[in-house]
Amino acid sequence: MFSKVWSAALSGMEVYPVRVEADISEGMPQLLMVGYLSSEVKEAGERVRTALRNTGILLPPKRITVNLAPAGIRKAGTRFDLPVAAALLASLGKIPGESLQDIMLAGELSLNGQVLRVPGILSLAEAAREKGLKRCIVPKGNAEEGAVLEGIQVVGVSGLKELLEILRFPSRACPVRADARSLLAEEQGNTEEDFSQIHGQAALRRAAEVAAAGMHNFLMIGPPGSGKTMIARRIPGILPPLSLEESLEITKIYSIAGLLKEHTFLMTKRPFRAPHHTVTAEALAGGGRIPSPGEISLSSRGILFLDELPEFRRSALEILRQPLEERRISISRASGTYRFPAEFMLVAAMNPCACGYFPDRNRCRCREWEVERYLGKLSRPLLDRIDICTEAPRLSYEELSGNRKEESTAQIRERVKAAHRMQQERCRGLPVYFNAHLSGKAVERYCLLGREEQKLLREAFEKLNLSARAYHKVIKVSRTIADLEQEERIRGRHILEALSYRAPEREDQGREG
Amino acid sequence: METYWHWLCSVLAAEPGLQGKLLKRYKTPKAIFAAEAEELEEQFPRSRSRIGDLCRSRAGWDFEKEQRILRQKGIRFVSREHPDFPGRLLDIPDSPGGLFVKGRLPGEGAAVALVGARDCSAYGRNTALWFGRELAASGVQIISGMARGIDGQGQRGALQGGGETFAVLGSGVDVCYPVQNRELYLRLEKEGGLLSESPPGTPPLKHLFPLRNRLISGLSDAVLVIEAREKSGSLITADFALEQGKDVYAVPGRLQEALSGGCHNLIRQGAGLAVSPKQLLEDLQLFPENRSLKKEKSKMALESSENLVYSCLSLQAVNLDAVCSETQLPPQEVSGILTRLVLKGYVREIYKNYYTRVS
Repeated sequence: MFSKVWSAALSGMEVYPVRVEADISEGMPQLLMVGYLSSEVKEAGERVRTALRNTGILLPPKRITVNLAPAGIRKAGTRFDLPVAAALLASLGKIPGESLQDIMLAGELSLNGQVLRVPGILSLAEAAREKGLKRCIVPKGNAEEGAVLEGIQVVGVSGLKELLEILRFPSRACPVRADARSLLAEEQGNTEEDFSQIHGQAALRRAAEVAAAGMHNFLMIGPPGSGKTMIARRIPGILPPLSLEESLEITKIYSIAGLLKEHTFLMTKRPFRAPHHTVTAEALAGGGRIPSPGEISLSSRGILFLDELPEFRRSALEILRQPLEERRISISRASGTYRFPAEFMLVAAMNPCACGYFPDRNRCRCREWEVERYLGKLSRPLLDRIDICTEAPRLSYEELSGNRKEESTAQIRERVKAAHRMQQERCRGLPVYFNAHLSGKAVERYCLLGREEQKLLREAFEKLNLSARAYHKVIKVSRTIADLEQEERIRGRHILEALSYRAPEREDQGREG
Repeated sequence: METYWHWLCSVLAAEPGLQGKLLKRYKTPKAIFAAEAEELEEQFPRSRSRIGDLCRSRAGWDFEKEQRILRQKGIRFVSREHPDFPGRLLDIPDSPGGLFVKGRLPGEGAAVALVGARDCSAYGRNTALWFGRELAASGVQIISGMARGIDGQGQRGALQGGGETFAVLGSGVDVCYPVQNRELYLRLEKEGGLLSESPPGTPPLKHLFPLRNRLISGLSDAVLVIEAREKSGSLITADFALEQGKDVYAVPGRLQEALSGGCHNLIRQGAGLAVSPKQLLEDLQLFPENRSLKKEKSKMALESSENLVYSCLSLQAVNLDAVCSETQLPPQEVSGILTRLVLKGYVREIYKNYYTRVS
């Protein structure tokens, strides 16, 4: 008897529906899996047969054929165990065939009939809703992931017995509910890492605040032990809160990467990823035959922190150029081009030279060309994409031990939130949440400059030798600084501060003033 | 005669000792050229390999071709017997047989050598620029080595001041070393002079640099050291200066800083203390033309907040945070003011968030 049920396959960030068909007919007893399957999908047959037997259902000695359509697209992963089992149950007449009509299934089976978690459930639920199906049946451990979507029921099952029950009596299932909005609203800040723990470093704190308010890419240069990493770890705390759309996007990426913790509805915090400097280009960009998200996609809508920036492989760093510009990454394989979101804020830290003490000439014994070469490890195009660059000076004992009460994360976050609200109002209707992501055209439209300010910018452009990209960057950063002050117009002082954040020129040294 | 000097100086470049001995025995380079090989070897058994080179070079030496090459490269050779040869160099120990020159030769007027550390601080860089400019503007010739750091900066200052400046190179005069100073090299060729006792094409070999230091001090009336570590090449120049009977001056630095060590040692040993170009000129009793030392009163139009920030800066690099804590202003305001001062040309950002006054 023929039966069919819907499932879905993952391909990068895309999900496409797959029809799982089963047929039992007379002939040589065998279980045949077809449909351009990778080996883990082919193995599903054995898992399903054993799991069914251990649930008390024996497959008859007949010719059983399972097909995954469309048969022309390669399928990978272990998510097809559950739909294959369901299709077989229908073919065996253990459940009514129409019970499979409006549902989509995914899940891995263990030999004892247990249902195990699989990645990408949120995307699967989305695909099911798009197809007009009513219900998704997924592993219990994943059920919450899909539940945040409205307009589709998500039911979790822990074993084959439960599956049988639900398919026989659909009304007995209790779909999981999750209220994403209230979950987002109640999200609390991290109390362990707070800005009030950082002593001194007034300039660095200010730069971090501006960077966070507009999601500007941020580079800190400074000697070892000046607190660069401490600041970086505290930036997520002052970033503006996630909107529901942003949160869903992050959750989707993490769900596909299989990194969502069990029983997590939603990613409620902006991600913070800090890959070690030995990371490969593939791990950063996303790799594999069918690519899975890399670090830059996992840090989308959050922070990608690269400590010791010049120590990263050149090939890995140059990968960042396209995503920093286009805010997504395309990875081409023989099987097609895969696109992943990459809307991250780059936070990087580096020493000024190999020994770390330049420009303190009494401690740094690096040659001038060595200092230049160290900075030269970063290509100009990459430096051009840094909006805010600042320096972390070495702290004196007085600053370190001082009892001055420093501002806390909560205080800074309030200002950042207000600045973010201004940005949102201004950019209503644009696919942009932050100033850093404004296009050149949007800059012209939303970042108007008065005559005085234009004169100042022209003077700076000529005297400081700015590039066209730097010019736009300065305007965007000035806009953010003005937003922090709740100013409608960009003033001269905002531009001057923004100018002071430009990346260092390599020619700065060795030239007369 | 010049052509024989040229031969001798090309083959025995940077061997002033052997050159001197040969000349003492044979009087003229022509006589050396004519001397028997065996006789030469007998006379100077200790320098056998160099003498061997000398003898071999005679066979293939084409006087006309060598002259043509020099002309093509725009290089002049001046022997010690030539009337243009700098008089100051005739009397120093190990005086060179001749000089290869691009651009001009130093004149008879007052000359001061500016030397110091290659990897210098912003303070040293600014001080060198200041001394170079002011001394040159009052007509003093600035002699230095076109090295990275203090040397080059002093010469840039001299060019800014519109004065004369000459570089003595450790390499051939057609070799720009270090390459970072290319722009200075090109300007010196046009507006000053490049000198070397090594023939064109000589790479910057390590042992040539201490030797050229004797020419730097030899060409000057006084040597001014700005920033030197306790073991510094600049101190070699100072030693030569003492040997040659020239005055040595040093610019003091902050205590306990490595870059001050050499200068402070010099002062302890009796070197003059250089606190400003004006004072240095007075001490040296040099008022050659006294063109511009009347320092124009600064006509800086600064607002009060700008003045406040500017007053925190000096010729030493100061960090943004330090300015903030001294002025008690928030960093966003201070960085804005500093950027405005940079745009106005009063302040320079030498590295990210490190600022100095423009000297």
